[in-house]
Amino acid sequence: MARIAGVDIPRNKRGVISLTYIYGIGRSAAQKILEQAGIDENLKVDNWNDEQLTNVRNVINEHFKVEGALRSETQMNIKRLMDIGCYRGIRHRIGLPLRGQKTKNNARTRKGKKKTVANKKKATK
Amino acid sequence: MSRSLKKGPYINYKLERKVLAMASSTKKSVVKTWSRASMISPEFVGQTIAVHNGNKFIPVYITENMVGHKLGEFAPTRIFRGHAGKKDKAKK
Repeated sequence: MARIAGVDIPRNKRGVISLTYIYGIGRSAAQKILEQAGIDENLKVDNWNDEQLTNVRNVINEHFKVEGALRSETQMNIKRLMDIGCYRGIRHRIGLPLRGQKTKNNARTRKGKKKTVANKKKATK
Repeated sequence: MSRSLKKGPYINYKLERKVLAMASSTKKSVVKTWSRASMISPEFVGQTIAVHNGNKFIPVYITENMVGHKLGEFAPTRIFRGHAGKKDKAKK
């Protein structure tokens, strides 16, 4: 395992794919990193030498916010919204979608698992 | 879709005039407004603006963090009081 940004990335995969195991790096960010580090993106992590590995580390350190730092930034942004009491902050607080989606049905990502209401009256004809 | 940068932020000009006048004077008062779409500019910080929510005016104290948001975001137009029957259940 190669350790980058506090995460072990799989050795047996291509560089572009392997880097996406780091939180905050997707396919396009991985491509950019490898381009800047001067590594072919199809080269497996196993075949990187130490210099290439440090290159990748340096590029990520300089240009990308990953893992803990990124998570805390996201949390701070959400906290800010909640503290100023704006509409989006309120929606965050009560766990509903923020961007005007319907909540009559669905919206399960935000609302979580279904909470069944016992004996809910069926609409009468 | 975001607003064109060329136009700059939208602030109702009458509201802006009133708020700036209030900011320059030392006297504290509240500006009432219906202009929920107006953006909060840095000059508004520290003022209280009463924003209409369709029913009444909600006083909003502007802090630094609010700059760049719209006034309407701070005056909710809907009040959710919970589903029917929820209260009865809690009593049982």
